[in-house]
Amino acid sequence: MNDNLTIAVSKGRIYKEALPLLAAAGIVPTEDPDTSRKLIIDTNEPGVKLVIIRAADVPTFVEYGAADVGIAGKDVLVEYDGNGLYEPLDLKIASCALMLAGVPDSNQRQARMRIATKYVRTTQQYYAKQGVQVEIIKLYGSMELAPIVGLSDLIVDLVDTGNTLRANGLVPMEHIMDVSSRLVVNKGSMKMKQSRIKRLIEQIGAAVEAS
Amino acid sequence: MSENTHWLLPEGIEEMPPAQAERLERMRRSLLDQFHSWGYQLVLTPFIEHVESLLVGTGREMDLQTFKIVDQISGRMLGIRADMTPQVARIDACRLKQDVPTRLCYMGTVLHTRSQDFGGNRSPLQLGAELYGHAGAESDVEVIALAVATLECAGIKNVHLDLGHVGIYRTLMRELDLDEEQQAEFFDALQRKDIPGIDKFLNDHKISGAQHDMLVALPQLNGDRNVLARARKVLAAAGADVINAIDDLEKIADLAEKRMPNVSLNFDIAELRGYQYQTGVVFAAYVPGYGQEVARGGRYDEIGAAFGRARPATGFSADLKTLLQLGDQSANVVLGVLAPFASDDSGLLAKIAAMRAAGERVVELLPNQVSDPVEQGCDRQLVKQGNDWTIEQIS
Repeated sequence: MNDNLTIAVSKGRIYKEALPLLAAAGIVPTEDPDTSRKLIIDTNEPGVKLVIIRAADVPTFVEYGAADVGIAGKDVLVEYDGNGLYEPLDLKIASCALMLAGVPDSNQRQARMRIATKYVRTTQQYYAKQGVQVEIIKLYGSMELAPIVGLSDLIVDLVDTGNTLRANGLVPMEHIMDVSSRLVVNKGSMKMKQSRIKRLIEQIGAAVEAS
Repeated sequence: MSENTHWLLPEGIEEMPPAQAERLERMRRSLLDQFHSWGYQLVLTPFIEHVESLLVGTGREMDLQTFKIVDQISGRMLGIRADMTPQVARIDACRLKQDVPTRLCYMGTVLHTRSQDFGGNRSPLQLGAELYGHAGAESDVEVIALAVATLECAGIKNVHLDLGHVGIYRTLMRELDLDEEQQAEFFDALQRKDIPGIDKFLNDHKISGAQHDMLVALPQLNGDRNVLARARKVLAAAGADVINAIDDLEKIADLAEKRMPNVSLNFDIAELRGYQYQTGVVFAAYVPGYGQEVARGGRYDEIGAAFGRARPATGFSADLKTLLQLGDQSANVVLGVLAPFASDDSGLLAKIAAMRAAGERVVELLPNQVSDPVEQGCDRQLVKQGNDWTIEQIS
C-alpha cells in the first residue's frame, strides 16, 4: 500500500514552531524553505515531503487531497468555507488571539459600524451571533491603519503581544477566540493511509503533550 | 463587464465537447445496462417540482442546496432537484405501492446552489440505485456490492469502502439535553474530528461520566475491523440500540468480505454523511489519489413515511462526471468511415445503409468538400473498386 505522505505547511512562524514536532515524528526536512526557492521539500524519510504554501491555502490543499495532512492556524480553518477535512490535533504552537480592536474612547457610530479585517466570514458570524449588522471591509494587511485614517471604526485581527496595536494607538476591545495551529487531515487519506497517519498523529500528539 | 464575455457560463456549470460527451454517454449506457442486469428498474423523476414536495423529509441543508423559482402559472414556488433520492423514494411509496422488495435506479442532472465537490461543479449527473422493502444487512450488502460494481464498470480500481452507522450517534444524542443549535455545534465538531473542540464543548455543557467518555471516544473509533470490537467495549453503557447497530455493522462486514474480497473495508463510527435522512448503515467509497468520496449511500428507513408509506430503504448514488474523470481514460472514441458524396449512386447508398445498420459510423462527404478524414473523425474511407465499394484504411 502506498504510504507516501505530503504535508502542507506555510513559511514563517508556523513552520519554525512545527519543526520540533515533525522531528518528534521522525520527519526532518533536508532544506530550509527560507533559503531554498523550492516549493516541494524532501525530508530524511523517503516518501515524505513538505509543500510550502500560503497559510490560507493549506485547507484547500488538504481538502482536495493535494496534501494528505497540513498545519494551519485555527483562524484560517474557521475562516475557510468548507467541511471536508479533519482537524484532530491542537499543536499548541503559533498561539495568539483573534481580537476586536480600535482607538480608545472613540465615538462609535450608532448606525452600521465598519469593521476592517481579513477574516470576513469569522467577523460576520461573530456579529451575527450578537444580532448586530456591520459592514465589513476586506483588507489584506496593515489592518491597524484602517481606524486611524477613518477607513473603519474597528478592526478584527490576530493579536500576539499587542505591540503593533499599541504602536498605532489602538487597544484590544474584545477577545473573539484563541488561535493556535492544528494538524489537519484529508478525509480520503485518513481512510486509505490510516496506519501511517494515525502513527503521525500519535507521535506528534505525544510531542505536544511533552512540550 | 466586457462585451465579449457573454458566452461565459455561470459558475459551476459546464458544457461537453464531442469526445468527452461520447465517453460520458458510453459510460452512462454501460452503467444503466449493469443496473438493468442486477434487476434495478430505471425511473425518471421531474427536473422541477413544487418545493414543498421536493423537500419533504429532508433537512435545512437540502433547502439551501435547492434552486427555487416562482411558477408563472400557479404563483407557487418551484424547486429544481438537488438530489433525486427522495423523488425516487416517493415513486416507490406513492406510485408502485408494492409489497415485495422493489429495486429502482435513476440517472439525471441535479443542480446545487453551492458546489459540494472538487472543481466547483454545481450540476452533477447523479446516478444511483435504491432497494426498498427489505430491512437487513443482506440488502445493504447488495447495494454496497452494486456501488462497487458501478465503480469497476467505470474503470475505477482500488476502491476503499468506509462504513459507519448513524444510529449510534442518534442514540447517544437522544440521551443528551441539547437544543438544536447545540446539537449542530457538536455535530460540526464531530464531523471535523475536532477532538480539542469536542472536549471544550463537553466541558462547557457539563457533560460528564459515561456520556462524556463515549462522546470523546467517537472521533477515535475509526480504522480496520478491530474498531467494531473496540466500539462494543467503549460504547457498552449506551444500551441495546447501539449494540444492535454494531451487530449490523459486523454482519455487513462479514457478508461484504465474502462477496468483495478485493475491496478494503474501513470503519468510522463518527462519520455521519447524509445524516439528513439516513437512519442506519452509511457508506462511502474512496479511491487513492482523489481526496473526496466518489460514491456514497446507506439506509434511510423513514423517508417513505413522509409520503405516507414507510418502507425500509437502502441505496447509493454517485456523480457520473466524477466517475468519468477518474475512470479508464483509454476508452477511445470509435472512429468512422468517410464516404464520398452519393447523391444518386444507389449502390453506394445501400452500402452506407448496410454499414450503419451493422453499427458502423459513416460520415458522408458533401459536394465540393475538401475531405480531411481526421477532422471528420474517420480512420477509414469507402473506395470504389470495380463495381464494389470497399473499406480502405487511411494511413
